[in-house]
Amino acid sequence: MTLLAFDWAFVIEKLILIVIIVLTTLLITLYTTFGERKVAAILQDRPGPNRAGPFGLLQPLADGLKLIMKEEIIPNASSKWLFILGPGLAMTASLMTCAVIPWSTDVHLFGRTIALQIADVNIGILYVFAVVSMGVYGIMIGGWASNNKFSLMSALRAASQAISYEIAMGLALIALLMTTGTLSLKTIVADQTAGHWWNVVYQPLGFVIFFICAMAECNRTPFDLPEAENELNFGYHQEYSSMKLGFFLFAEYVNMIMSSAIMASMYFGGYDLPFFDETTVAPNIAAMIGLGTLLIKIVLFVFLFMWIRWTIPRFRYDQLMNLGWKKMIPLALLNMLLTGALILSKL
Amino acid sequence: MNLLEIIFYALSVFALVCAIMVLVSKNPIHSVLWLILVFFAISGHYILLNAQFLAIVNIIVYAGAIMVLFLFVIMLMNVKKDSEPQKQLFVKFIGVIAGGSFLTLLISLVKQSIPLVGKTVLLKEGSIGLINPLGKALFTDYVVPFEISSVLFLSAMVGAVLIGKK
Repeated sequence: MTLLAFDWAFVIEKLILIVIIVLTTLLITLYTTFGERKVAAILQDRPGPNRAGPFGLLQPLADGLKLIMKEEIIPNASSKWLFILGPGLAMTASLMTCAVIPWSTDVHLFGRTIALQIADVNIGILYVFAVVSMGVYGIMIGGWASNNKFSLMSALRAASQAISYEIAMGLALIALLMTTGTLSLKTIVADQTAGHWWNVVYQPLGFVIFFICAMAECNRTPFDLPEAENELNFGYHQEYSSMKLGFFLFAEYVNMIMSSAIMASMYFGGYDLPFFDETTVAPNIAAMIGLGTLLIKIVLFVFLFMWIRWTIPRFRYDQLMNLGWKKMIPLALLNMLLTGALILSKL
Repeated sequence: MNLLEIIFYALSVFALVCAIMVLVSKNPIHSVLWLILVFFAISGHYILLNAQFLAIVNIIVYAGAIMVLFLFVIMLMNVKKDSEPQKQLFVKFIGVIAGGSFLTLLISLVKQSIPLVGKTVLLKEGSIGLINPLGKALFTDYVVPFEISSVLFLSAMVGAVLIGKK
């Protein structure tokens, strides 16, 4: 059988890795929702959820159970298949990003070297970009299929916002790629680990632009125009109920974690623990330290996202478009020009 | 038949079925969604031809940006499946002629190219679709057309911002 002649251990290894990474992401996401409510509570000087379990730690489970137990409602006038496809697509697109994130250095188990990254493709960052551009379809399809004016308006807002900010994001990315010279996330992180400064030192302006655009792509306040509840009732997920609504809400948090992981890997050294030589400890321990470092960086970024959400009010729509087209894109072009000039002067 | 050939034929069937569904669907929104699937199948073919960069750019540009704009316009126009007016016979006739001539062109191109029978997958052969050789080719052999077209794109973008400013 030539058909089945490939490395089965490799396939099983990758499958296990995928399952672990996806499940861990979902678990962390569950507690990010809890973290969001606690952070909001602290910023607004109130206790926050504290009834379910010790310190309210079982609150996300209670929320999930509540969502599952609610009645599923599919509006009669909706297109049924697309109505179901919408939230599924939103969730899939946000989870797919984790395929190219290097979670840590290699571990050695059972005589095998296992890379803690699902796929090291040589177009890594572009893959992330493609998945991000797919993410808007979940919102658009869901909003259109609901057959509700407010949902449709919100879907159109989401699409135009995503497209506008993708351009500035791409331009900020180009400047970063000019300094790194590679698209593979693994190589980018490895370069930052090996003695160099983190990329944020070379690309401070690029990082700020990328961060703002990532916030806009995640539809987080101050960029949550697609679900502006005082103008659009509830936005694109107004007609949704039960776990389909849960998927939309959940996808936002997964997006937040994934963009934090991408930003940590690209600009803040990924799994690199500063002032610590990984070669002095055993490879497996070094990998665990790296994983912990990356997770801490992700948590810090997620906290920053929440902090901004509960501090800054929402933009008006024309302000959002002005910021995207007239400030972000020229700034990103300027950043690109400066980077190019600096690289040229160093040659 | 090895695994890659099976993937090739599966992708081809998938692409053809989706392409037919684009034409058959009465609802324009469904047509656009099928067209997105066609782009994904074509990107799969690019990967089988060892052109990862082309594959991902195809998804970013066509499936990710242009199709979003298509959806955008169709949703705004709110085309209903019943309200589409019946086209005149004359217009249909012109459509058939234009489509037929394009088909002839494609067939003649395929006939003139290198023999394609039995060539399904070119994994690990050639490297023009990878980013390094592609970048080298664009900035050495084709630098003038490349720069001119990029200035064209930049001017289009600046123009869009200027129009938006009014």
